[in-house]
Amino acid sequence: MNSLAPTIPKGFDPKQAHVVAQWKADHPLVSCRFDPAGRYVFCGVEGSTVERFNLADGKRVSFPGGHESWVFALAFSKDGSTMISGGGDGRLVAWEANADRPKPLRTTEAHSGWIRALGTSPDGKLLASGANDRLVKIWDLATGKQVHALAGHKGHVYSLEFHPDGKTLLSGDLQGELAIWDLASGKRAGTLDARPLHTYEGGQQVDFGGVRSIAIPPDGRFIAAGGLYKASNPLGAVHEPLVLLYDGKTQKKVRDLLTDNITGGVIWRIRFLADGTLLGGCGGSNGGLLLFWKTDANKDQHRLALPNILRDLDLHPDGLRVASAHHDRHVRITRLAAKTA
Amino acid sequence: MKCAYACHSPEHRIARRGFLAGVAASAAGAAVGGLGVFTSPLAAAQLARSGKRIVVFNMHGGLSQLESWDPKPGTETGGPFRSIETSVPGIRISELLPETAKQMHHLCLVRGVNTSEDDHGKGAYMMLTGRRQSPAADYPYLGAVCAKAMAPADAPLPGHIIITPGGGGGRGNDAAYLGPRFASIALGNGKPPHDTTRPSQIDESADQARNRFGQHVNDRFLSRRRTSIAEAYVYSFDQAAKLMREREAFDVTRESARDQERYGNYDLARHCLLARRLLERGVTFIQISHSNYDTHNENFNFHIEQLGEFDHAFSTFVADLAGRGMLDSTLIVVLSEFGRTPNINLYYGRDHWSRAWSVVLAGAKIHRGVAYGKTNAKGTEVLDGQVDHANLFHTYLQAVGVDSTESFEIEGRDMPIADPASRMIKAVMA
Repeated sequence: MNSLAPTIPKGFDPKQAHVVAQWKADHPLVSCRFDPAGRYVFCGVEGSTVERFNLADGKRVSFPGGHESWVFALAFSKDGSTMISGGGDGRLVAWEANADRPKPLRTTEAHSGWIRALGTSPDGKLLASGANDRLVKIWDLATGKQVHALAGHKGHVYSLEFHPDGKTLLSGDLQGELAIWDLASGKRAGTLDARPLHTYEGGQQVDFGGVRSIAIPPDGRFIAAGGLYKASNPLGAVHEPLVLLYDGKTQKKVRDLLTDNITGGVIWRIRFLADGTLLGGCGGSNGGLLLFWKTDANKDQHRLALPNILRDLDLHPDGLRVASAHHDRHVRITRLAAKTA
Repeated sequence: MKCAYACHSPEHRIARRGFLAGVAASAAGAAVGGLGVFTSPLAAAQLARSGKRIVVFNMHGGLSQLESWDPKPGTETGGPFRSIETSVPGIRISELLPETAKQMHHLCLVRGVNTSEDDHGKGAYMMLTGRRQSPAADYPYLGAVCAKAMAPADAPLPGHIIITPGGGGGRGNDAAYLGPRFASIALGNGKPPHDTTRPSQIDESADQARNRFGQHVNDRFLSRRRTSIAEAYVYSFDQAAKLMREREAFDVTRESARDQERYGNYDLARHCLLARRLLERGVTFIQISHSNYDTHNENFNFHIEQLGEFDHAFSTFVADLAGRGMLDSTLIVVLSEFGRTPNINLYYGRDHWSRAWSVVLAGAKIHRGVAYGKTNAKGTEVLDGQVDHANLFHTYLQAVGVDSTESFEIEGRDMPIADPASRMIKAVMA
């Protein structure tokens, strides 16, 4: 382990993962993120609000009045005091994250088309947004001013992730292109081929799939891109989950991370856990699943079936808890440890 | 099958209840099919003068009315898209159709469609024949009806053309009792009909010689045994010869570079420009299929993708027809086999929903810049102006001057053009 490797939390054992809490919203959920302070989980819903749940007691607070569409993406200032929501209305809205009666602090008409992904730079100064207008935009998080508009994606931008080194940003699109951007210059610094995550189905005449999520461990050893493949019937949800694992230095593909017996599934989000395990949140006709891969093996070593189809997940700053957003209106908290008495 | 008119008696072509009127009609137009088949000579004469046409956009798989013509933003069924203003104050459509919104003053939204049929095949049959499918009878599709009722018998191009998103060409099996000469000719991905170039190993003089011989043999056969099948056989050869002469009608690259650029460099755009080209050359009925809207999974992503294509091509087409003065004589229909469920399923999908959905009309005798019919707040039921496939079928035909309460005469029998138990939607007729 190098100095950048995270400390493995006490009791950490993904094979003992179990749901410890669930709280219900008024609509099916579409997104979820923990705040950096680890007090709350915020959820976007099939409505125009963001819902905040207090992890201590499940108390819910709505964030209304910011959007005219669903909130697909959430991000935070480094200290957790400001929450940024990105909606299908192309709007970025800044909120006081801890407010009892939240109101929009700042609204920016940021993109023409859905904002699908947000991220905060490791130093907390920059916010990145990726959208259906095929643009990635970099914003000064404190002032809300645009720093860069990064053009070049040929499809909708589905995902983005700041590299832990703070120098580059990665963004993935529908066509399976994974772009690497130099943050200082705003120029393209490289491209990874993630086309196995894209399907053009000729019979149905549809493009499908895309880079649904990107993850990079703190030491930068790997780059992972998640989504789906074997989309024999995109319109009918027949496809299998897939994660492409690349070497972080050489940027060559290391292996495909696969599953057995999941014929209806897509990876909505991936996160590296403290021990280097890759966690994937999978939803589809096979239900909601947490999948755990070791990076030196092709198949998942463990999986946890959740009570309902999953649409997003996040890893708590403690490295031990996972939030998952579900169609049945629940956000669920899973603990990656054995049950306590 | 022996055709009743093998006895050479022209009155057998006329529906019995229109016998006297029909005699005049067939005397005026001696052709088999075309305008001569009408029981009403007045209607035939009107059609001959007007040169009316129909273009159907078939949104294959079932377009979501909530993502297009009847959005319900801010409701639990509304999905993530907003509605936008259109060129007609008070009428809003989905934000996925920004260019079409600018053409709203040409359009008529029919928002109260209830067809009560959630099966793809049955729904498509109903929407394109105006009848519910039955093992007891088969009915001709709208294109075949139009080709028979409206297309001049001596037209150089087929009267019933379907432009498909992919696949091959060939003839459809969609004319039922009207006979194969009115069946569709498919232009697979907008390509010209199959086998319309002379084989390279046959020179022109040899080709002419074999055609003369073929015609001689055909004439001899028909003089003794005239059947609908034999007639269709001869007609198909005549039509093939015409198609070979008119082949460039199908070559959309002969349109100006500016127009090709305006429409765009993708299949549906080319198909729309091809449709305009064919309309200008007198084709009576053209169906453009756009695929695929059967979005049980990720409905919103796929509607962004598909309607992005549709919006630009369709709005350009509508604006062009209006600008060229063709909209008065051309009916445009945008239909599907059904709509999609207000409920959003587990996979961000919408399923089949026929109880409350929308069809769009434009041009000919249709009121412009209106929305007829209303659904409830969640889009689950029709509240006002409920219509079905049969009402719509009557309306399509009446809008281009075909009296849909008339009958075709087929083998001495009256075959109602549209469901006689139904009627057109008067409120949308100008």
